Amino acid sequence: MDFAFSEEQELLRASARGYLAGRWPLTRVVETADGSPSFDAGPWKELADLGWLDSSLGMLEHAVLAEETGFGLLPAPWFSSIALAGPVLDDELRESVGAGERAVTLARDGEVTASGDALSGTKRFVSDLATVTDVVVSVDDCLYAVDLVAHPDVVVPLSTTDRTRRLGELRLDGTPARRLDVDPARLTDARRHSLALAACESVGIAQRALDLAAEHTKTRQQFGRVIGTYQGVSHKVADIYVALQLNRSLAYWAAWAVSEGDEQQDTAVAAAKASATDAAVFACESAIQVHGGIGFTWEHVLHRFYKRAQWLQSFAGVSRKHRARVADAILAS
Amino acid sequence: MDFRDTPEEAAFRAELRAWLASNLPSDWVDRAPHVGRFDVDEARAWSKRLYDAGYVGLTWPKEYGGGGAPHTHQGIYLEETARIGAPDHIGGIGLGMAGPTIIAWGSEEQKKRYLAPLLSGEEVWCQGFSEPGSGSDLAGARTRAELDGDEWVVNGQKVWSSWAHIADWCILVVRSDPDAEKHRGLSFLLVDMHSPGVELRPLKQITGDPEFNEIFFTDVRVPRESMLGQPGEGWNVAMTTLLHERGTLGFALTAALERQINNLIRLARLPGVDGHVPAEDPVVRDEIAQAWIDLQALRFTNYRSLTTLAKTGVPGPEGSVAKLHWSETNQRVTKLALSLQGLASQLDGDGAIWDGFWQYQQLRSRGNTIEAGTSEILRNIIAERVVGLPRSR
Repeated sequence: MDFAFSEEQELLRASARGYLAGRWPLTRVVETADGSPSFDAGPWKELADLGWLDSSLGMLEHAVLAEETGFGLLPAPWFSSIALAGPVLDDELRESVGAGERAVTLARDGEVTASGDALSGTKRFVSDLATVTDVVVSVDDCLYAVDLVAHPDVVVPLSTTDRTRRLGELRLDGTPARRLDVDPARLTDARRHSLALAACESVGIAQRALDLAAEHTKTRQQFGRVIGTYQGVSHKVADIYVALQLNRSLAYWAAWAVSEGDEQQDTAVAAAKASATDAAVFACESAIQVHGGIGFTWEHVLHRFYKRAQWLQSFAGVSRKHRARVADAILAS
Repeated sequence: MDFRDTPEEAAFRAELRAWLASNLPSDWVDRAPHVGRFDVDEARAWSKRLYDAGYVGLTWPKEYGGGGAPHTHQGIYLEETARIGAPDHIGGIGLGMAGPTIIAWGSEEQKKRYLAPLLSGEEVWCQGFSEPGSGSDLAGARTRAELDGDEWVVNGQKVWSSWAHIADWCILVVRSDPDAEKHRGLSFLLVDMHSPGVELRPLKQITGDPEFNEIFFTDVRVPRESMLGQPGEGWNVAMTTLLHERGTLGFALTAALERQINNLIRLARLPGVDGHVPAEDPVVRDEIAQAWIDLQALRFTNYRSLTTLAKTGVPGPEGSVAKLHWSETNQRVTKLALSLQGLASQLDGDGAIWDGFWQYQQLRSRGNTIEAGTSEILRNIIAERVVGLPRSR
C-alpha cells in the first residue's frame, strides 16, 4: 500500500504550480475569460513545450495537472483536449495535439447522422467549442473529427456562466468530416477519464478556495480583531479543509483505479466525481461567506472559481446521478 | 501510488483471514448484529485468543509482547476484522492510549511490567483525564497528588472514564504542584484501580448503559515510581496519549464505520411493515450511497496519512480530519437506519429489530462528537494548527 505520487510526479506538480503562477496570474486569467473566445495558439504551444499535451503522460500525471489547472483556473482547453477527448483521438490528432498545433474537444450529446463523410445534425453543450481547432463527434458507434478552422460556421458559442470554459453548440449541415479509426469503446474510457479528472480539478479549486479563505481571515480585522479568531469564521475554514482532504483522497483513488483498470474503477469515478465536485462548490461558497461583501463582488476572483466548480458539478451527470450508480454497485445483491 | 497489498501484506491478510475463519465462534458471522453492549467474559476470552495468535499490538516492539510489524499490518487487521464483524479486544483504552504512552515515556521496568498483560487482556486500562470542572480544558485538572515519603497521595474526582468498572489500571492526570503555572503543575500517574480509596460511580448515558464512570480518589496511595515522565511533565505525557487517540485511530474508525454501513445495507434489504424494501427507494439509495462515499473518503484519507507516517515517521496533517468526519458520518448513518424503521424505531427491547441494535447505536453516536475531543475542539485544532489561523482565545 503506497498512497503517494512519485518524485517525478511531484516535480511535475511543482513545475505546473510555478508555470501557472508565473504565466497565468489571475489578472490574465480574468482578462482571457472576459475576452472573446477563440483558439489561442501561443499559450497552447507553451503547454505543449511543457509536455502537458504529450501522449506519453499517464493517468496519474493527468491527475496532477488537472488539480493544478483547477488551482490556477487555467482558461485553456486542456481539460477538453486531454481529459475529455484525449482517449478517443487517433494517431494523427494525438500527434498534432502533442505538438501544440491543434486543440480538440468531444461532442456527445445530441443527434448527428453521417452520410458518407459528411455529418448533419446538432450536438449540444460542447465544452470549449469556440477555443479549439477540432471536435470529435460521436455518431452512433463511430467517431468523426471535424476541422473547425476549415469550417468555423458550425460553431455557435453559448453565453456560459463559467467564462473560462464556455459551452458551444455544434450545428452540422453536410459538413465534411474525417472518420477516425478508433474503437468506439474508447468513449467509455473517455468518460471514466474525464470523471476522474473532473474530481481532481475540483480538488484544485477547493484548495484555492481554502487558500483564499485562510489568507483573508488571517488579515481582515473587525471589532479590533482578526476575523480568523472568531470561531464562527474559523470553523467554516476548518470545514473547507476537511472537505478538501477527504475529497483529495477520493479523487486520487479514482485516478489510480482508472490508471490500473481496477475492478472498482466505475464506482470509484462515480463516487469521486459526485463528492469532489460537491466539495469544490461547498468550499467556494464557504470562502465567499467568510470574505463577506468583497467575496460577493464581480471584482473579486472567487466567483470565477465558484463558477468553474459549478460547471464541474453539472458536467457529465449531476452528483445524485453518480450516487445512483454507486448505489447500484453497492446494493446489487 | 499503489493501493494493492504488497506480496508480504497479501500473505499476512490471507493468514489472518484463515485464522479468523477457524477461530471465530461458528455462529458469529450470521448472528444478528450485536446490540452493542459489551460482554466482558466473551471479550476477555476473545482477546486472549487474539493475543496468543500474535494479532494484538501488531506494531508494538517485540520485546514487550508486540509484533514489531509495519503499520499497514494493523490496517489490514482492522479491515479484516471489520469485514467479518469480529468482536473488539477488551482493552481499547489500553491499546489506543495507555500502551502507546507507556512505550513513549515508560522506563524499561514499566514497559516490562505493564505492556504484556495489557495486550493479552489480563489487565484492562481506563483513562482518568476529564474532571467535572475540566472537560476539553485538560490543563485545568484539579485532582491533587502530594508526595508523602515514597508515595503519592491522590485526592479528587475524574469523570467520563470509559470501562473503569472493568479496569485494573488507570492513566491518571493529577496536579502535583499547585503553585506552578497551569500546564506545568501536572503529572501522569499509573494507578492500580484496586487500591484502597478508589471508588466508582457508574454514569448512565442516554443509552441507559453505564459505559462511563465517575472515579473518586480518597487518600489513594500510589508508589512514587508509578509515574510516566517526571513530576511536572504530565501535560507533555498526556499530549502523547491524545496524539495517539486522535492519530492512529483512523483505521479503527474506518473499520467501525464499514461494519455500520454493512449493517445498514443489510437492514435496508429487509421489507418494512408496509412491505416495501427500503433499498428500492431512490431517496434511501442516495443516502446510502453518500454514506458509502463518506466511508471511502475516510479510508483513503487514512491511507494517505499512513503513507506519510511510513515515509516520515509522523502521520500527515490530513489525518486530523478522521475523527471529526467519522463521528458526523456515524451519526448520519445511525439516524438513517432508524428512519428506515418508521415507528418501529421507537421500540428498544422486545419486538425491536435486532433487539434494538440501531436504537442503541443511534443514541450512542451522539457521544461520538463529544468524546475524545469535541467537534468544536477538533475544528479549533484544524483551523489553528493545520490551516494556521490565529488562536481563537
